[in-house]
Amino acid sequence: MLKEVNILRSHGSQYVKNLRIQPVSGIFRGRPVISGDIAGDEIKLVSNLCPVKAISSGTGAIDLGRCVFCGECAFALPGKIRFKNDYRIAVNRREDLVINPGLDIPLRLNDGEIRKEIKKLFRGALKLRQVSAGGDNSCEMELAATGNVNFDFGRYGVEFTASPRHSDGIVITGPGGENMAEALQITWNATPVPKIIILAGTDAISGGIFEGSSALNRHFIDNHHIDLYVPGNPLHPLTFINGVMDLIGIYSK
Amino acid sequence: MNQHYSITKNNTTPVDPGEIPVLEYGVFFDQVTELMKDDAKHCIAYYCFPAGDNLNFHCCLADDNNKNVLVLSHSLSNEKPALKSLTPVCPQFHIFEREIYEKYGVNFEGHPWLKPVRYPHDRADKSTSMDDYPFYQIDSEELHEVGVGPVHAGVIEPGHFRFICNGEKVLHLEIQLGYQHRGIEKLITDKRNQLQRCIASESIAGDTSVGHALAHVQIVESLGDIEVTGTLRAERCIALELERIAVHIGDTAALCGDVAYQLGQVVCEALRTTIINTTQLWCGNRFGKGLVRPGGSNFPLFEDIADEILKTLADSGKRFAEITERIYSLSTVLARYEDIGIVTRQQALSIGAVGMAARSCGIMRDTRRTHPFQYYKEYHVEPVIQNKGDVLARGMLRALEVKESIRIVTDLVNYWKQSHTQVNKPIYELKLKPERMAISMVEGWRGEIVHTAFTGKNGDIAFYRIADPSLHNWMALALAVRNQEISDFPLCNKSFNLSYCGNDL
Repeated sequence: MLKEVNILRSHGSQYVKNLRIQPVSGIFRGRPVISGDIAGDEIKLVSNLCPVKAISSGTGAIDLGRCVFCGECAFALPGKIRFKNDYRIAVNRREDLVINPGLDIPLRLNDGEIRKEIKKLFRGALKLRQVSAGGDNSCEMELAATGNVNFDFGRYGVEFTASPRHSDGIVITGPGGENMAEALQITWNATPVPKIIILAGTDAISGGIFEGSSALNRHFIDNHHIDLYVPGNPLHPLTFINGVMDLIGIYSK
Repeated sequence: MNQHYSITKNNTTPVDPGEIPVLEYGVFFDQVTELMKDDAKHCIAYYCFPAGDNLNFHCCLADDNNKNVLVLSHSLSNEKPALKSLTPVCPQFHIFEREIYEKYGVNFEGHPWLKPVRYPHDRADKSTSMDDYPFYQIDSEELHEVGVGPVHAGVIEPGHFRFICNGEKVLHLEIQLGYQHRGIEKLITDKRNQLQRCIASESIAGDTSVGHALAHVQIVESLGDIEVTGTLRAERCIALELERIAVHIGDTAALCGDVAYQLGQVVCEALRTTIINTTQLWCGNRFGKGLVRPGGSNFPLFEDIADEILKTLADSGKRFAEITERIYSLSTVLARYEDIGIVTRQQALSIGAVGMAARSCGIMRDTRRTHPFQYYKEYHVEPVIQNKGDVLARGMLRALEVKESIRIVTDLVNYWKQSHTQVNKPIYELKLKPERMAISMVEGWRGEIVHTAFTGKNGDIAFYRIADPSLHNWMALALAVRNQEISDFPLCNKSFNLSYCGNDL
């Protein structure tokens, strides 16, 4: 027992007190800012360079739903593109993930488009079932981390369940493999209504680097209403946490 | 017996495929079975590829004593292809023959379980589907089957486990995989852009981003004739060891969680966080994505980051030693780990187990030592070995490897501090040598990662093969749970922590 007390003492307090403003490493690649004076040939350069065609060759806008956050565009044009360490990049409208040049404003959910029942029913507790559909296990590990001793998302009653029967929605990771298509549908069918869908990670939102692979089947993702888009490769636990807090209406801290 | 094979000089030296002697299958069969009598050899790749009307086969055997790879070849007409299976004499070929059967329809006669591996989108027989996997069944009124998955009761990847049980006792476990298939090998050959290939290789198994990215980069640097500096090679080894430390600590947490030792679980979870946050400090990503690139790096190490790595490892290492000392002396924990999920040395050798799964039952198999790459060519690694092959051995192995890896990183960072030179920017415009083959091996935290590629006439990557250590080791898990209580399955599973996506590709 004494040994345990000693371990606890050297362990100290590890939990993140304020999940809204926890600082992360300065070079973490979160919300990008593109200079308003980015020139046409510069746009062409980075749009060709981008491995996932996330940069529009016309406007120079970066689509965070496609971006794999490799940062190559920022290395190519250090004065014009930079990724801030702002991890609050989850949104509820797909089009809001497109970051236009000249804009440096926080990404937030559009309150008006959050379905009424979500805040009403899930503010006190939201139970989620995670389904990995071709995920590479990095998004899965970051989702699991949201419940660990550091982030402790359970403090707000948000947790992952073992069964879809006990959940209020599903969190999809991975680009959506054909071999998981049926299991994904069955999991969704087993989830009681009302229920939500969260896409976690760039692969889930657009297919990411796997876009166009013949092994994918994105029928389910393309044909359902998505309540929350959480970009990242993998998503940062704080991106998911802040997005879900905004979605269900936890405003304190 | 005469030699009928090519020998690679060392890890990732390109080979001219034209120089590999093509054998009659009978000669190939005898040669392989003869070579495989040596415990220091195991199969790291056996694959085929269409060439005109034929299928050409390459079989790569790692020779751990001589630090090289033997490449044997044979060829077969593509019309109703059939071959005598090697599996009955050399069981470790089971998975490779199954892969070839599934992809190209080659019938391996006498194979005891010629079943699908991952249901790839470009498989030979599209009439097969995930739903009709040919599971073993036993007719008995006293036995029952338990099906688990594909969607599991945690935030993990999908796979299906089918148990045949007598009461609580597991007689047999069969593992059906393929749910995570994304067609990544084809993606790497299809993508002409080197940056895209790098990003795809980081996603082969996200928990081994550094390991797989490094295996890929070694291939293209070798085929592209790019030499990198000692500084960069040392930095890559530091990243690889940080990945090993982080996952091993995380797995220790998971193992504690499964036996309800909550203090061990939460302490290790928090310690893992300190390590991956250090990786994030270095390259902006907690999993090291973006860190390994051909020819150079976007994230060269700096003095302040090097100092932070040393500080974090010293502090977290001390705390990890404190908690593991407690974990592995608690009778309540030991009672659940000891003699559970045993894989014997003989079993591990026969199925060709690699990495941790092999080292936890007395087999010295560690590519950092046996087929050194990057800075391990200069730096001598002494692999950690455990002998019992049970959950305890796999747990202890992690604790000891964390300690060893911290020592390695500390040495490498100190070496870096004394002698580091400028690190170049990555090179994405690569001209690969035409018609060459390269085999790249990296010791990731799970074990040996093998990437194999060859180039066509114009230097494009014509063929790419990936073998995650899990490909070999899933069978070890199936053997480990035999005659165990089914309630010990989660513990056994975590003690291996194998990759689904790494297997499914």
